[in-house]
Amino acid sequence: MSAKSTSKLQKHTLAGWLMATPAVGLITLFLVVPFLLAFVLSFTNQRLVSPNPTQFVGLSNFEQLLGVGTLMLEPERDDAGAIVRDARGEPEYPRVRDYTRNNPDYLQLSGMRELAAMSWGENRLVFLARDVVFIKAVLNTLAFVAVVAPVQAGLALLLALLINQKLRGINVFRTIYFMPVVVSIVVVSLLWRFIYAGQSGLLNTLLGFLTLGNFQPVDWLGNPATALWSILAMSVWQGVGFHMVIWLSGLQTIPESLYEAADIEGATGWQKFRYVTWPGLRNTAVLILIVITMQAFSLFSQIDVMTKGGPVDSTQSIVFQAVQRGYVQQDIASGSAISVLLFLIVLTISLLQRWLTRERN
Amino acid sequence: MKLAFFGTLGLTTALSTGVMAQTELSMWYHGAGNPAEREVLVGIIDDFNASQSDWVVRLQEFPQAAYNDSVTAAALAGNLPDILDVDGPNMPNWAWSGYMQPLQLSEDAIANFLPGAIGRWQGELYSIGLWDAAVAIFARRSVLEENGIRVPTLDEPWTGDEFNAALDTLKATGDFDYPLDLGMADQSEWYPYAFSPFLQSFGGDLIDRETYTSADGVLNGDAALEFGDWWQGLFQNDLAPGTSQDMAARETGFLDGRYALQWNGNWTALPAIEKYGDDMLFLPAPDFGNGPKIGAASWQFGVSANSDHPDGATAFIEFAIQDKYLAAFSNATGLIPATSTAAALTENYKPGGQLEVFYELSAQQGELRPVTPGYIVMSPLFRKALADIANGADPADALDAATDAIDADIARNNNYGF
Repeated sequence: MSAKSTSKLQKHTLAGWLMATPAVGLITLFLVVPFLLAFVLSFTNQRLVSPNPTQFVGLSNFEQLLGVGTLMLEPERDDAGAIVRDARGEPEYPRVRDYTRNNPDYLQLSGMRELAAMSWGENRLVFLARDVVFIKAVLNTLAFVAVVAPVQAGLALLLALLINQKLRGINVFRTIYFMPVVVSIVVVSLLWRFIYAGQSGLLNTLLGFLTLGNFQPVDWLGNPATALWSILAMSVWQGVGFHMVIWLSGLQTIPESLYEAADIEGATGWQKFRYVTWPGLRNTAVLILIVITMQAFSLFSQIDVMTKGGPVDSTQSIVFQAVQRGYVQQDIASGSAISVLLFLIVLTISLLQRWLTRERN
Repeated sequence: MKLAFFGTLGLTTALSTGVMAQTELSMWYHGAGNPAEREVLVGIIDDFNASQSDWVVRLQEFPQAAYNDSVTAAALAGNLPDILDVDGPNMPNWAWSGYMQPLQLSEDAIANFLPGAIGRWQGELYSIGLWDAAVAIFARRSVLEENGIRVPTLDEPWTGDEFNAALDTLKATGDFDYPLDLGMADQSEWYPYAFSPFLQSFGGDLIDRETYTSADGVLNGDAALEFGDWWQGLFQNDLAPGTSQDMAARETGFLDGRYALQWNGNWTALPAIEKYGDDMLFLPAPDFGNGPKIGAASWQFGVSANSDHPDGATAFIEFAIQDKYLAAFSNATGLIPATSTAAALTENYKPGGQLEVFYELSAQQGELRPVTPGYIVMSPLFRKALADIANGADPADALDAATDAIDADIARNNNYGF
């Protein structure tokens, strides 16, 4: 019996492969090949277009991206040995560029720039990076993911709980919450540029109206302190509907009988959520967390439309930099190296999430 | 009857072979969505197709924002058209990358052309423009006179100090949102095109033009740092709107009287004249010590490297650079015709014309952006440095960053053949 069915399956192997061919071919062409190419190109000096031959350059693309260093600056002293202070009484330090540019005593720091600095007693400890823009892009993206993942998942769950009720007209609310997902992110970004506009944008006008004119207009996207968070708020708003629907599907798989049993036991609303709903959403939660994390790491369109990485690198993201290097600056090798690093980061975080949310027996 | 039949057949055959003998030439143009330009260009193509029986030019248009990417993609795929148009500063890269071949025009044919309309790379002519563009300070005579500000002339432009003082005076009036509009909303090639001449007037540049192999000491030297501090001051002191200016304010701010002065190109001059009439002034760039400078070179025509019919493509370009077409383009777009003889045929650039001043600006002060394949990388890096400085980054650090990135790019490309 079993031998017969196996041979029947084997007879159909060819047909099976033939049917899979279009999908396999397309996936190979558009996913597998570019993925492998990125790895290969990241070890070369490949340009987008160039008459020069491609050469293998080892790890130099990665060294260029990831090179970091530190520098301890002592305050400037006058002839008597007293610390020179500026008008605000802060000690004055020599300029970092005196050490990192054409300084034979600090060759290991050559070409680096200041990333951040902190006081260290009376000295100043400066963190340097060979590629400040890329390191900032990584830090921004990590900050973005760290905030978006819990906030977006939490808000989506809240909305899902709200619309998971048998009320008249509840579908209207479901549609309203889901609407931003259907609109292209590029269109959403363009619209929100008007909302965030500095002088007479919608948000500033609204806040001014609500505070009876006491609110000082903020240039949301033009201020390094607010730009990334403005984009983050918009991204959450845009994406929350999609994950709401996934939560909703999870909620609707929880058997009604469990809630009835809880009611008989006299459970409060919170207890029902804590001991019935939340355990029932376990697998949904894992899925949502991983999906949001991956989506947040690929932050690009909002940046490209709204700020182009500015002001002063406050909204640089990893994917935006990969495109900038690879296409705008025609340095495919460097863009590939960034893609490889992004892949490794996302892989690590996904594995970590899998491990943290594993079934503990 | 039979004879007539054969006669008709013979005639048809003759006609169709006549059409067949014309070889098709494909042409790409960046101006999709601009009906005025299209009309003139299609007119030239029709005239050319009718004027001879060897070639037929077929036009394909692209939106400007997608044009360069389309050419790069077509070059990678080996699908370039016969005739290309190319933005002047990009031409060396396209020539170096092998998208374009030298243009076989005689030197006599281009002798009278403005220097900004001629695209040369390594001693060879690759592209030729039907027009050039120029930038000037848009101002109103009445505003300057009310505030006791001298009206500068081509021979005696404002000095840097005079310019700064004028901005302070205009700001103090309180009549304007900002005394100067630089067009920071337009985060594109506008930045290097419009603002690198300021840097050059201070004595810096995007690259050392002696060697073309390093920007160190030029883009971040003392003169460049002086420029950087001045540039930052414009935004810190609220003399000009910064990078978050929106495009609508850029387009209407000066016409609405919200900006006292505007740094803008001649392609926007006609609406300004319409609005302010005789009060309207187009002033030369201030001289920050190294002479007044403005950017030169606009879009130009060339022949692609894998064209099978460079002779046909060249014939079309030679046909298109007649004075009457230069004048037609200028009348339609407001751009500067590339020759003085064509200028005399136009409404706005003929002696006494409303935009005549731009022709002299272009001829006297036009400075090409660095003529090197590496320019396409310099351009976004310089734009980023200017935006960062305007947004409060340390000028020295921002210019150092651009310098290092430019030098690294040049090194990775084996000095681009220099």
